[in-house]
Amino acid sequence: MKIAVLSGKGGTGKTLVSVNLAAVADKGGYFDCDVEEPNGHLFLKPSLIGEEEVTSLKPVVDMDRCDGCKVCVTACVYKALAYIPGELMIFDEICHACGLCTYLCPQQALKETKRVIGTIRRGGRGSLSVHTGKMRIGESTGVPIIKKLLKKLDDDLSIIDSPPGSGCLVLETIEHADYCLLVAEPTMFGAQNLALVHELTRVMNKPAGVLLNKVEDGLNPSELYAKEHDLKILASLPYDSYAALESSNAELLVERSEKYRTFFLELLKEVVDEATLAAQR
Amino acid sequence: MIIAIPAEEKSLDSVISVNFGRSPYFCIYDTEKQQSTFIDNEAAGRPGGAGVEAAQNLVNQKIDTLVAFRLGDHAAKVLSGAKIKVLKAVNLSIADNIAKVLSHSLEELNEVHPGGINKG
Repeated sequence: MKIAVLSGKGGTGKTLVSVNLAAVADKGGYFDCDVEEPNGHLFLKPSLIGEEEVTSLKPVVDMDRCDGCKVCVTACVYKALAYIPGELMIFDEICHACGLCTYLCPQQALKETKRVIGTIRRGGRGSLSVHTGKMRIGESTGVPIIKKLLKKLDDDLSIIDSPPGSGCLVLETIEHADYCLLVAEPTMFGAQNLALVHELTRVMNKPAGVLLNKVEDGLNPSELYAKEHDLKILASLPYDSYAALESSNAELLVERSEKYRTFFLELLKEVVDEATLAAQR
Repeated sequence: MIIAIPAEEKSLDSVISVNFGRSPYFCIYDTEKQQSTFIDNEAAGRPGGAGVEAAQNLVNQKIDTLVAFRLGDHAAKVLSGAKIKVLKAVNLSIADNIAKVLSHSLEELNEVHPGGINKG
């Protein structure tokens, strides 16, 4: 069963939920797809088993062949190319490696070479495998890193820690997920972002449920949204300064508190049951 | 000499756009003909690569000088590669800035900021 944890908004508790779920599961794999700032490993503290580079293709130009026609400059969707007399400039950080320029060049002056855009670290923590993707600073997209990271998904149980937002990276992250656990905080902004990721899961036909985090007395816009949109609330975590403090010290709540251990064991069971039910539908 | 200035509106009385790559228009001023034209900046709505595209379009316009408040490093590289001089704008109208170019009273713009990158 492959469970993606996502939220739209950053800072709602994706990683808190993901690492604690993975730790109580004590099997399968944890996949940190937040490649711009992966931090799940700080909590799980895995032993390092291996590291590999992720490469992307980049165009390079042979100026002896380039005649300055600017077909590539005009065609580039991302505007990663510029031509000034005598020189074709290629901006690697803007390039999305689509290959269009190389394909179109009438002089065959462009060819693609490999370029390192990030790394993947694979490690272990008891019976749990821990996979972390990390993008090089300044790169335009981490999609190839997530693609490679998720090649090792464990069909038995995988907890996939998503990047924030609802853009390309999140889309890539949940593509292979059987179920999406949406973590939402009790603010208007939180509810708006919950709506965005909920819409994404519907577009991608992924079953989803919500975990209300940092719940306090009073109105909870995320709870209202879930109820109005027939989105199942799997559990609620009350706001707890103890949990915040332990997490800020990179401690796993399930190792520090019996109450949280019980909570996450129950949540894991609930999520797997929901995912199993959804798969049967 | 041909001068380009990022413009908020299509008028010589307009203020200069604070942004380079996402400026709505560019004022192109030909000092020999003493003529100004305003062109739409096709890069204005881009999520990424706006600076590179705007710079390329100005290179195509064969400008010699750009007057701007600030510039990203990608755009700066294209402009300097094309030997286009970049002067630091003052907070006055486009017409006043053109006058200051002609009287050589604008400084060169040396500092650049990191180019915006599409996080899509």
